[in-house]
Amino acid sequence: MRTLLLAVRNLLRNRRRSLATLLALAIGSTSILLFGGYSTNIKYTMQTANVRMGGHLQIQHRDFYQYGSGNPTAYGIDDYQKIIDAIGKDPFLGRAVVVATPTLQFGGIAGNYEAGVSRTIFGIGLIAADHNLMRRWNGLDISLASQPLALERAAADAAIIGTGLGRVLRLCESLHIADCPAPQSEGKPEGQALSDDIAQLSLQDAPSAAPPAGPPRRIELLASSARGTPNVASLQVIQAERQGLKELDDVFVMLQLPQAQRLIYGAATPRATAIMIQLHRAADLAEARSRLTTLLAATAPGRALTTLDFRDLNPFYVQATQLFDTIFGFISMLIGGIVLFTVGNTMNMAVVERTIEIGTLRAIGLRRSGVRWLFVLEGFLLGLCGALAGMLFALAAAAIINHTGLTWLPPGSSVEVPLTLTIWGENRMIIGTTLGLIAVATLSALWPAHRAARMVVVDALRHT
Amino acid sequence: MTEDSEPVAILTAVQKTYFLDSVSVPVIKSVDLLVRHAHFTVLLGPSGSGKTTLLNMIGCVDRPDEGEVVIAGCKVNELTDDKLSDFRAENIGFIFQNFNLLPVLNAYENVEYPLLLAGMSAAKRGARVSKLLDAVGLADKARNLPGQLSGGQRQRVAIARALARRPKLVIADEPTANLDSKTGASILALMRRMQKRYQVSFVFSSHDREVIGAADDTIFLKDGVIRSIRRKSAGDNA
Repeated sequence: MRTLLLAVRNLLRNRRRSLATLLALAIGSTSILLFGGYSTNIKYTMQTANVRMGGHLQIQHRDFYQYGSGNPTAYGIDDYQKIIDAIGKDPFLGRAVVVATPTLQFGGIAGNYEAGVSRTIFGIGLIAADHNLMRRWNGLDISLASQPLALERAAADAAIIGTGLGRVLRLCESLHIADCPAPQSEGKPEGQALSDDIAQLSLQDAPSAAPPAGPPRRIELLASSARGTPNVASLQVIQAERQGLKELDDVFVMLQLPQAQRLIYGAATPRATAIMIQLHRAADLAEARSRLTTLLAATAPGRALTTLDFRDLNPFYVQATQLFDTIFGFISMLIGGIVLFTVGNTMNMAVVERTIEIGTLRAIGLRRSGVRWLFVLEGFLLGLCGALAGMLFALAAAAIINHTGLTWLPPGSSVEVPLTLTIWGENRMIIGTTLGLIAVATLSALWPAHRAARMVVVDALRHT
Repeated sequence: MTEDSEPVAILTAVQKTYFLDSVSVPVIKSVDLLVRHAHFTVLLGPSGSGKTTLLNMIGCVDRPDEGEVVIAGCKVNELTDDKLSDFRAENIGFIFQNFNLLPVLNAYENVEYPLLLAGMSAAKRGARVSKLLDAVGLADKARNLPGQLSGGQRQRVAIARALARRPKLVIADEPTANLDSKTGASILALMRRMQKRYQVSFVFSSHDREVIGAADDTIFLKDGVIRSIRRKSAGDNA
């Protein structure tokens, strides 16, 4: 108590210097927390986008992730509905899962016959109602707007394509794609995207209803069936949806699952290349994964199925979070270094100024350890007050920034999102930063405290 | 107390040498000294004679290079630094020329500090500090910081602090040097009063004629050697 009293009064004694040191600490703490809040927000935004798009977990053939893009049909899961039913009946998964839905990924060629253009695509067949449910997920409480898929109440041959693909297929006008000037290098299209026999085949597949009025929206999708023969579907593009990455935006086609299954498997048993599983809480992921492994062993014994989480499926997310974590660590280290020298300098000056007092304290019976403890305690108190002030500044600054309405385009996102800093509730980050700075400040005081404690009493007493 | 009481400090063949750069300067050259219990002892001598060094060794804030120092029956040479700190806290009070009060503590807290080190209960501390401040005439200045006190008042607080733990010995290094003659005389009178009241030994270094006149024992030092010791008898003291 006596040491605490002395330490507090000594800090208050040179108010200007203590305040300057506190400010350095507080600014350091604020900077770390603001960047941490920004970094956390990016992580949460990316995670939310990934989970909305592909769920927390996916059940796939063991080799689909590595080799599936070459021949997706070879890795189909035929009894996927049985697995989905089993998930619904599992006591834990039944409660933890928002939705378990089959998807079918495939590759092919999309063409606009009338414009004479075509290109290779990445196709995905899905159940739009399930995906609309997934798009509503906001377990991390992020301001990330998400439009429902127009595919839900659309016709069986409806499709949504990426804006880039719409541009390539000359569907800008009909799909109202912005930033889509007519290319100057090309004249009248030469050659044909599809041969007549395949075009005829696609027309057989098209619904008999008359095409809608206005500019054409119909494309032909050519894919290799499970038997290796070409198959084609005529699709009515109802919307162009911008994908986050240009590479994906230029090739993306989304269609109804039955339509995709008919294209790939024809009359054979329809399959899915993955079962997407979205959880209410990301915290249940490990438990859910474990339960799924058990469940798959019971439901589909002998099948080479595996469970992958959103991190496995989105290496870009992992790389981005690692990058931000590294930058966060680097900034924290830099600020920690600055704090170390600032507090150390303050404490060194205090030791010099109070040399006679140190001698007096020692003369009247304070042990070396008492002197050491006094200065360490002062460093600790500086760290405590500075870090707490920094935390309050950071929370206030975050609240102000979060209300300014600034927006930005996160990596991999198709829409701009509000620029928000996630600090409140990030207890691990707040406590870690606060304790870290307190520890650094205390550490900074160790050497000056040691110097003070080692002073020879008579030398200290005759210090001028 | 009688003349036969055990001495509070016994120094035997004590030597101390300082080194200035590479030059050794012998400050105390084989000194033997006995400080009597509950007496007023003054160390006299010109500058550089070794008064302060000898005082520091009696006060256990410095150690001799050679010889033995026994304070209150304890061979202090053999004590570790921590034990020596505890020993000082318990047995020795200090009064400094520049008062050396802790500037962030008020008069009450300055006197209380040694008692806090002793781990005394709050009630006992309060009673003793109040009594001491009353004895030095500063009961009404208890809440004043040192900066709000005059030089004489600060030295009174320092006297109260030095006596707080009822030490056997009080070391005072030129306690009146920074005071005007009138204040110095009053401080001297106070110390003399307190010395008698608490039956404690005071050892001074001083140039002040009044201090010398008030001393029971006067020790004259020159070039690190005791040249003469004049001791008053009990009759003289009275």
